[in-house]
Amino acid sequence: MKIVRVEEVEEAVRRLSMEVNYYIRDELKDAYKKALEREVSETGREILSQIIENVELAAKEQLPICQDTGVSIVYVEIGQDVKIEGGNLYDAINRGVSKGYKEGYLRKSVVKDPLFNRVNTGDNTPAMIHVEVVPGDIFKITFMAKGTGAENMSRLAMLTPAAGVKGIRDFVLKTVAEAGPNPCPPVVVGIGIGGTFDTVGWLAKKALMRKFGSRHPDPNYAKLELELLDEINKLGVGPQGLGGRITALDVRIETAPCHIGALPVAVNLDCHAHRVGVWEK
Amino acid sequence: MIKRITPPLDDKVLEDLRIGDKVLITGKIYSARDAAHKRFVETINKGGQLPIDLRGQIIYYVGPTPPKPGYVIGSAGPTTSIRMDSYMEPMLKAGLKATIGKGYRSWGVVDLFKKYRAVYFIATGGVGALISKKIKNAKIVAYEDLGPEAVMELEVQDFPVIVANDIHGGDIFEEGVKKYQEITLPFKIERISEV
Repeated sequence: MKIVRVEEVEEAVRRLSMEVNYYIRDELKDAYKKALEREVSETGREILSQIIENVELAAKEQLPICQDTGVSIVYVEIGQDVKIEGGNLYDAINRGVSKGYKEGYLRKSVVKDPLFNRVNTGDNTPAMIHVEVVPGDIFKITFMAKGTGAENMSRLAMLTPAAGVKGIRDFVLKTVAEAGPNPCPPVVVGIGIGGTFDTVGWLAKKALMRKFGSRHPDPNYAKLELELLDEINKLGVGPQGLGGRITALDVRIETAPCHIGALPVAVNLDCHAHRVGVWEK
Repeated sequence: MIKRITPPLDDKVLEDLRIGDKVLITGKIYSARDAAHKRFVETINKGGQLPIDLRGQIIYYVGPTPPKPGYVIGSAGPTTSIRMDSYMEPMLKAGLKATIGKGYRSWGVVDLFKKYRAVYFIATGGVGALISKKIKNAKIVAYEDLGPEAVMELEVQDFPVIVANDIHGGDIFEEGVKKYQEITLPFKIERISEV
C-alpha cells in the first residue's frame, strides 16, 4: 500500500499554485508560435506576439502571467490502494493554496459567500476540490488556476437525443461566437457530453484539465474535437476578439453514458494562459 | 499612426478618436472593478461625494496581483468590462470620459458612449506582466478594505490601448469578426447584455 502524507500534498499544491501562474507549459508555448504563423490579421499577430512576450517576461521575473490568478481547482485521483496519512486531505490542499497564493504574490480572488456577503477570504481558499477514487496505487493532483473571464462565458444545455452531433456542434459554435472577445481568445475549449446536469459541467472542466493537444480515446470523438477546432477557427473571432483566424488553440471532449432521453452538453472555456499543472506520487 | 493622450480628456481629444486607433496613455488613471463600482453607484444614488472626481478621467478595469518587493505593482492586465455595464450611466453622468478593459460592451452601453461622449479602450487581456511595466506608480485612494478591488491612482507611461468604441457609435468587435468569418451559421450571434 502506498502512503501519501498530507504534508506532501500541501507542499505540492503550494508549489503548483505558483508554478502554473508563472510558467507556461512548452506545448502551449508551441501552440502560440504555431498560431502566430497561421494568423493572417495584423492586429491578431501583434496580440499573439504580446502573449509570447508576456509569458517570457513572466517566467523570467516570476510574475503572474495574468493578474487574474484564478480560483484554484484541484482534481485529486486517488488509487484505492493508497492511504492518506497525517490529517485531512481537503485541509492540506487548502493550506497549500493559502501558502502558495500568499508567498507567490498571487491575487486572492475568492469571496466567502456568492450573494449576501461577498467578502474576500484573503488567501484564495477554499479551492474547488474534486476527488475521484481510481484503481491501483496512483496519487495524482491536477491543479488549475481558472480565471473568471472565460469561466463566465461558459454554457450548459440539456439537449435532447434528436439534436445529435449537429445540436452539439451548433451549441459549441454559438457559445464561442457569443463569448467573442470576453474569454480572452485564443481560447481552449473543454466540452462535456453526456451524464446528467451535475456531471456534464465537471466533464467539461476535466476536458480542460486533460493534457493539451491530447485526443479522446474514441476515434469518433477525437475526430469531432478536430472538426470543432477547425470550425471554431472559421468564426472570425480571432485573438482578443478583434477578428482573425485563431480563435481557439485546442478543443477537448470528455464523455459519459447518459439517460435514454438526454443529451447534456457543457462548454467550459479557458483563456489563452490556460494554467494547468500536475503532481504525481 | 499612434495617438498620444493624457487625462483629463476634453471633447476635442475624444472627437478625434476612432475605433481601431492605437493610443498611448500617459498620466494618471484610476483602477476600479466590480465591488468599487457598486460602491461608487450607491454613493451617487444617495447623493454623496465620490472619493475621486470623475470629470474627464479614465477608469481602468483592473485588479492587480500584489507587488513583489521592489515592484510598484504586480501583474495588471484588464478584466472583462461587461460586468461594469450596469453601473455605466451614473458613472458617465458624473463626468467619466473613458474606460479601459477587455471584451465587448452591451449594445445599450455603446449607445451611452455616444450619448455622453465617452470612449472605450481595450488593452490586451492576459498579458498582465507586460502591461505592469507601463505603470510607474500606484497608490490606493479609496476602499482599501476591498483588497485587490481597491481604487488606485495609477501613474502610467505610454500605456498601450486600442479604441474599441468611439463617440461616433463604432464597434471594433463587430467589424473585426465580419472581416474574418468563413462559416455560415444556422443561428444569430447575440451579444450578451448586462443592461
